[in-house]
Amino acid sequence: MFKRSIPVLLSSVVIGSAALGSAAFNTASAEEKFIVVQSTTSTQNSGLYDALLPRFTAKSGIEVRVVAVGTGQAIKNAQNCDGDVLLVHAKSAEEKFVAAGHGVSRSDVMYNDFIIVGPASDPAGVAGSNDVKTALANIQRARAPFASRGDDSGTHKKELALWESAGIDLSGASGGWYRETGSGMGATLNVAVGMGAYVMTDRATWIAFGNKAGYGIAVEGDDDMFNQYGVIQVNPKICANVKAELSKTFINWVLSKEGQTAIADFKFNGQQLFFPNAGDKPNS
Amino acid sequence: MQDFGAAFGEAFALIAGLDAGLMEIIGLSMRVTFSAVLIACVIGLPLGAVLAVGRFPGRHILVVLVSALMGLPPVVVGLAVYLMLSAAGPLGVLQLLYTPTAMIIAQAILVTPIIASLTRQVIDDLHGEYDELLRSMGANRVGMIATLLWDARYSLLTAALAGLGRALAEVGAVMIVGGNINHVTRVMTTAIALETSKGALALALGLGIILVGLSILVNAGLMGLRKSAERLAYA
Repeated sequence: MFKRSIPVLLSSVVIGSAALGSAAFNTASAEEKFIVVQSTTSTQNSGLYDALLPRFTAKSGIEVRVVAVGTGQAIKNAQNCDGDVLLVHAKSAEEKFVAAGHGVSRSDVMYNDFIIVGPASDPAGVAGSNDVKTALANIQRARAPFASRGDDSGTHKKELALWESAGIDLSGASGGWYRETGSGMGATLNVAVGMGAYVMTDRATWIAFGNKAGYGIAVEGDDDMFNQYGVIQVNPKICANVKAELSKTFINWVLSKEGQTAIADFKFNGQQLFFPNAGDKPNS
Repeated sequence: MQDFGAAFGEAFALIAGLDAGLMEIIGLSMRVTFSAVLIACVIGLPLGAVLAVGRFPGRHILVVLVSALMGLPPVVVGLAVYLMLSAAGPLGVLQLLYTPTAMIIAQAILVTPIIASLTRQVIDDLHGEYDELLRSMGANRVGMIATLLWDARYSLLTAALAGLGRALAEVGAVMIVGGNINHVTRVMTTAIALETSKGALALALGLGIILVGLSILVNAGLMGLRKSAERLAYA
């Protein structure tokens, strides 16, 4: 009996006293206007939000709190109503999210591209390639180590789709030359650099990444490696806690000329990392 | 490796410059950690004492259970607290997810078994020594627990410090329930994880050095407090 009642009692005491303990702190911030954006590690790690969000906050008075996780987890969190806006990069998963009623509508925001980076020794001989399918086939033939995110993120979904389109079956390779890290982009880059493996990354994370250790871009420029980011308002009809007005204001700003210019203006070491394309193409 | 040299350089530069972002992160780390340990003490000290002094059925199972919970994996606690506090969860209406309060809750759950277990051991030893004396003075159970806890207060500081160490170093749980949101829920450990994932290894290690330094300061401070309190008590 105590096994059931004691944890319940304890947890209520803990929650009660924690809430009391930090009530003084929370009241200060509870009066501020803020929204929670579920987003990806690539946008956070590259520093985009540090450049973008202060401009929006200065104009609107709305604070934007970014939770940066993989796209899969971001979508899952948004399905649980833990966020007002979703800004991720896995178009088909995003469309499913909207079709299921979790999101209001989806809009293109910006794009960049994926690249495959690898060690200077280039064991699979793919450096300089702009044909991703052939490059993946060469990596598989050479049994050259390849580090995969393995975390259901947007990048991971894209990588799996590329292997599939190259006609390569990965079953049996996992744990051998194909290594799934199950972690974020930066963590996976660190692992790949440590083991001399090829790895697919979005260009923004790569340019801003600080531990390159002799690695360089091996494969780039294939149309199949396009990386589209989209923004979705979490459906206030399903999630009563969603701040409909504030989140709409944010989305409208990101898609506006001002927001799009701010994205284009963001540079790391003089290189533009994200290319705004809101309204370029009709949305499905 | 040159990274270590660079890390000390980064740490020094951050401290010397009184970096505003760093101070904010340190402040939140301290607030979350001390709040969690305080709550854990409020629950864990009496719980440990009851386990030591009390005689009730199931006590031994409870002792084993609390002791085993010292090894709670932070990620599991984080996930459980997330599921409780998520808007889709049973406590979603409280709107506590991604706040420092959520982090305090997760850490209090992690630290309470440590404090309760260590308290039980300390009080158990003391109880063996003073049981007859306390009985002869006609102390009831509650009075006995209070007396024993007070008498053991200097030893129990070690239990609190063990909990403090766990909370200060923990990253898995606070990452999930706090979300590592800049200026809101970013603490030392989640900042270190973030800088590591950016590949800024020297900066990450520099923050780590600062965290260890903080831990030394906190421990030295509390132990110093104990020393002077003991001197006063026995002067």
